[in-house]
Amino acid sequence: MTDTNSSNKTGGSDNSAYWSTNIRIIIVSLIIWAFVSFGCGILLRPLFADIKVGGTDLGFWFAQQGSILVFLCLIFFYAWRMNKLDKEHGVDE
Amino acid sequence: MDQYTLNLLFVGASFALYIGIAVWARAGSTAEFYAAGRGIHPITNGMATAADWMSAASFISMAGLIAFGGYVNSSFLMGWTGGYVLLALLLAPYLRKFGKFTVPEFIGDRFYSPTARIIAVICLIVASITYVIGQMTGVGVAFSRFLEVNNTVGLMIGASVVFFYAVLGGMKGVTYTQVAQYCVLITAYTIPAIFISLQLTGNPIPALGLFGDHVESGQSLLTRLDQLVTELGFREYTAQDTTPSSVLNMVLFTFSLMIGTAGLPHVIIRFFTVPKVSDARWSAGWALVFIALLYLTAPAVGAMARLNIIDTIYPNGTAEKSLAYEARPDWMKNWEVTGLLKFKDKNGDGLIQMYNDKSKSFAETAESRGWKGSELVVNRDILVLANPEIANLPGWVIALVAAGGLAAALSTAAGLLLAISSAVSHDLIKGSINPNISEKGELLAARLSMAVAIVVATYLGLNPPGFAAQTVALAFGLAAASIFPALMMGIFSKRVNNRGAVAGMLTGLIFTLVYIFLHKGWFFVPGTASYPDTIAGSLFGIKSTAIGAIGAILNFAAAYLVSSVTEDTPDEIKELVESVRIPRGAGTATDH
Repeated sequence: MTDTNSSNKTGGSDNSAYWSTNIRIIIVSLIIWAFVSFGCGILLRPLFADIKVGGTDLGFWFAQQGSILVFLCLIFFYAWRMNKLDKEHGVDE
Repeated sequence: MDQYTLNLLFVGASFALYIGIAVWARAGSTAEFYAAGRGIHPITNGMATAADWMSAASFISMAGLIAFGGYVNSSFLMGWTGGYVLLALLLAPYLRKFGKFTVPEFIGDRFYSPTARIIAVICLIVASITYVIGQMTGVGVAFSRFLEVNNTVGLMIGASVVFFYAVLGGMKGVTYTQVAQYCVLITAYTIPAIFISLQLTGNPIPALGLFGDHVESGQSLLTRLDQLVTELGFREYTAQDTTPSSVLNMVLFTFSLMIGTAGLPHVIIRFFTVPKVSDARWSAGWALVFIALLYLTAPAVGAMARLNIIDTIYPNGTAEKSLAYEARPDWMKNWEVTGLLKFKDKNGDGLIQMYNDKSKSFAETAESRGWKGSELVVNRDILVLANPEIANLPGWVIALVAAGGLAAALSTAAGLLLAISSAVSHDLIKGSINPNISEKGELLAARLSMAVAIVVATYLGLNPPGFAAQTVALAFGLAAASIFPALMMGIFSKRVNNRGAVAGMLTGLIFTLVYIFLHKGWFFVPGTASYPDTIAGSLFGIKSTAIGAIGAILNFAAAYLVSSVTEDTPDEIKELVESVRIPRGAGTATDH
């Protein structure tokens, strides 16, 4: 790889802090990701059966539309958050 | 102007547009051809990725499966969009930083093993060919309808068009062609949906109309639909089968589609060539924006089409006399020509009955009405293409949908064939068998492998293992079980070594492939399956489309197990992993 010089500038300890913050953000995002799709859309659907959305229940809405909208928010949040994190740790391009 | 001419005109014009843009962009810059996407804005790249990604499965097949399956097929919606979250968070930025052009190259370098690279090539080819079979099914349906021939002839014509299209080569690489394809396919998908949503619910946005009120009855659209399908002996459209085995299958199927999305080579490649790591993150988001435009509309298309079909067949209500065969609308006649819609008058009354003849509780009602079985067989894959005809929309809308379906199928088929041919020529032949091969020889190998892939996929497409989206789902299972885990472990673990990766990929691929063959027939040859592909009849109580999730778990397990009992990864590999994790220093993608 040709990039070892530039990435070494930031120092090893800082990089590991950067990486563990990244992992934390990923884990939180994936918990939300699983909660809206597998959770609200499938496994927990019977729990929300009383919450009505346009002729059916909330779980059906999550399975067909809600989860997709949350996925979109998650990706844009992650991109924004990571680009900020890159700058904080001085590892941006 | 008759419908046939109109179809030809729209399909011809859209093709002329793609070729025109390709020629124009090619003359503009040669570099563009090789590094599609570099220096291109993430929004544009996202649109092109969306065109690459949305295939015959999304466009032609998915809404039909939702229409006839109801809630349970929401898996397609969540699975094929949820995968982008994994792609954006777990793979895209790091693979961009790594900066090579193919997936096997990353696997070969990270696991410092030519064997791992070759196995990755095999995984890639198996998954991609299965995927192309699904595309061929969709192309066959589209061509048979708009050229008014039977399905087999349509498939043959479609295969030749795909061949010439893909061998033209550079076309696929030109981002602006794909942008044009995206525009055609999204317009073609949404215009009829808007018309139909206005007719049924008065709401111009189909995604909102789905949860709105049905104008004619004043009920909610979905309540109305639930009521009609239960009157015909089916389960409620929105109902969930809460038996544990059914829930388990839905979870595994959704999961399998998600991780398969993040493991398919033709999509991953797009993120290799964006200018910066941060762009790789944004691009995944923009791709999903453009994909979501179709995916939020698809469930509305499915539900509304189902409602329209029931209303067509039972114009005076489900308990009254149904439609006479002689009085059937033109769209039924048109689709009968293709052999994808069949009517058999089982009780000899000259009327068309379509209901759930497998329901025991409904059998009595059916008998009292003199019904002797459901008489109309509608192939799921025709639904989206037939939709504008069913809703009596103007001829140009029907022609537009034909053009859109072909745009979806062709762009993805070409992308996959390119991935197959570059895996064979670049990774297999140049990477290991004959490193000194000339550029001309490499190109020839690429073309030959493309041709072989098309012939194999067409042959198997004559007796496809399922509807287009189901076949494609099998491809996702294979990618999920083989490629995704290797890529993820390559980035997130420094401990997984060459032996671990090889063991993992082989376990995942072989387990999943054998399980699929046991349920779908060996090499998809009909009649060679050992188990029925149903929840109850299958080997582990898991349908073949959902098994990829288990394959992926086995892949991870085998890789960690083998790595933990063999030697540690060398230091330079640990450094490679470190550098992949940090965005700074990402150069432009390199070839060698």
